[in-house]
Amino acid sequence: MDLIIDGIIKAFLLFISLDPEVIDITLFSLKVSGIATFISLFIGISIGTAIALLRFPGKKIIVSLVNTGMGLPPVVVGLFVTIFLWRNGPFGFLEILYTPSAMIIAQAIIATPIVMGITLASVQQLPGKLRLQIVALGATRLQMVWTLVKEAKLPLLAAIMAGFGGVISEVGASIMVGGNIKGYTRVLTTATVMETSKGNFDIAIALSIILLVMAFMVNLILTLVQQRKRPN
Amino acid sequence: MNRNKHILIILNVLLILSCFCLSTSVSAQQKNVILATTTSTQDSGLLDVLIPIFEKKTGYFVKTIAVGSGQAMAIGQKGEADVLLVHSPDAEVKFVAQGYGINRKLIMHNDFIIVGPEKDPAEIKGVRSSAIAFKKVANTNSLFISRGDNSGTHEKEKAIWKSTGIDPEKEKWYQQTGLGMGQTLNIASEKKAYTLSDRGTYLALKKRLGLGILVEGDAILLNIYHIIEANPVKWKKVNAAGAKAFADFMVSKEAQDIIKIFGVDKYGAPLFFPDAGKKVEELGKLR
Repeated sequence: MDLIIDGIIKAFLLFISLDPEVIDITLFSLKVSGIATFISLFIGISIGTAIALLRFPGKKIIVSLVNTGMGLPPVVVGLFVTIFLWRNGPFGFLEILYTPSAMIIAQAIIATPIVMGITLASVQQLPGKLRLQIVALGATRLQMVWTLVKEAKLPLLAAIMAGFGGVISEVGASIMVGGNIKGYTRVLTTATVMETSKGNFDIAIALSIILLVMAFMVNLILTLVQQRKRPN
Repeated sequence: MNRNKHILIILNVLLILSCFCLSTSVSAQQKNVILATTTSTQDSGLLDVLIPIFEKKTGYFVKTIAVGSGQAMAIGQKGEADVLLVHSPDAEVKFVAQGYGINRKLIMHNDFIIVGPEKDPAEIKGVRSSAIAFKKVANTNSLFISRGDNSGTHEKEKAIWKSTGIDPEKEKWYQQTGLGMGQTLNIASEKKAYTLSDRGTYLALKKRLGLGILVEGDAILLNIYHIIEANPVKWKKVNAAGAKAFADFMVSKEAQDIIKIFGVDKYGAPLFFPDAGKKVEELGKLR
C-alpha cells in the first residue's frame, strides 16, 4: 500500500517539477499514438464505409475478418513488422526499424481494424431508407457517402477513442519495433515496463498514472465533442 | 464547406509529420549504431552513463536494444545489429567462429551469485560449490526460478545444472520466467525462491528484494562481458565504422575508468570490474 502512495506522490512530484525526460516521453507517446490513430482513421473509415455500403460476394467473411482484426494482439503485429523491417527483410531498404516511424506503422496496423470495425457497424446500422432518401434528393455518390458518415458521427468518435486507447496503452509492439531507446523511441508503456524490471516501482506507478491521466484527457476532449449539442 | 477544409488541413499536417519522421530516420542512418546487449547492462544503469559520453564524443547515435544474450546474438546472426555487448562466452566463441562477428574483446566482468530467501530452506548459505548448492535445492524440492530465455545468465545456470547431473526442466519446483534479470529477481523475491543472478543487477535492485546472497566466489560463477562487432563482410548493411568506434570506446581508458567506479556511490561497491586488455584466464584469480 505504501508503494502506491509513494507512486502517487512521485507522479505528482514529476508533474510539478516538469521533469524534462518524463515530459518528453509523455509528449512523444501522444505524438506516436496520435499520428498512428490519424492514419488508421483515414484507412479505417474509408474502407469500413466502403465495406458497409457495397454488396459483394464473401462480404460476411470480410466482415468477420475485420472483427477478428479488432482484437489483433500487439505482439503479433510487433513481430511481423519487425521481420518485415529488418535490414535484410523485404522492407529493409527503408531502414526504419527501431525508429518512431516503425512504431507509428505498427500502431496504425493495430488501430486500423478497430476503427474499421466500429465504422462498419455504425454505418451498417443506419436505416437503409436514409440512403435512398439522400440519393432521391439528388446527391452524388460522394455526397451520399459523406452524408452517411456524418450521420454516423457519434459512433465514429467512439471509433477514434477506441483506436487511440488501443495504441496508447499497448506495449508489445512498441517495445519490439521501437526498442525502448532512451530519448528516441521510449514511450510511457515501454518506460513503465523497464522501470518495473529495474525495480523502480514508484517511478513505474508514476508513469502509469501519467498514462491514465493522459488517456483520460484525450477521451474527455473527444467525449465533449461527441456529446455537445448538435446544431440544427 | 468549412468542415471539409478542416479535414484537409488535418490530413496535410499528418502527411507532413509522417514525411518528417521518415526523412529524419533515413538521413541519420549512417550515424546510427545498433547495440544489441543484455538486460543486465541496461537494468544496472551502466549504459545510461556510458552511451551519452560516447555519443557526445563521436556524434554517433546508439540504439540500444536490451534483450538476453541469446536473443542479442540471434539478432546479430541476422545482421540486424552492428555491435554486441554480451556475456555468454561459449555461445560467443561459436558466433565468431561461424563468421557472424569479428574483433571479440574483453570488456569487464563481475560474478554470478545464487540468491534466495532468508529462511533458506535448502540450507545452501555459505556452501562453496554452486553445483552442491543446486543439488541441495533439488533434493529439498525448493522453488527455483530460472530466466529460461537463453540469456548469458540462463546459459550459466544450465551449465551448473549439467555439472550436477540433474535435469530440472520438468520438475515442479523449477519455474522459468522468460523475462529479464530484474523481473526474474522480483518474481523470486515474491515467491521466496532461489535464483541465479549477476551481481550487478542484484545490487541495483537489492533494496526492493527479500533475497540474500547465499553462494558466491565459486570459479564457475564468473560473469564475463565481451564486445563483438558484426562482420561487415557477411552483412553489407552493417555500420562497421560505428561498431568499431563503439568497441574502441568501450576499451578506452575513459570508459574503463567509468566502469571501475560505476555504482560505488550508490551501492557501496562497484557493479563491474574493467578488464580491457586482460586475458580471460587472469580473471579467476581476482576473487
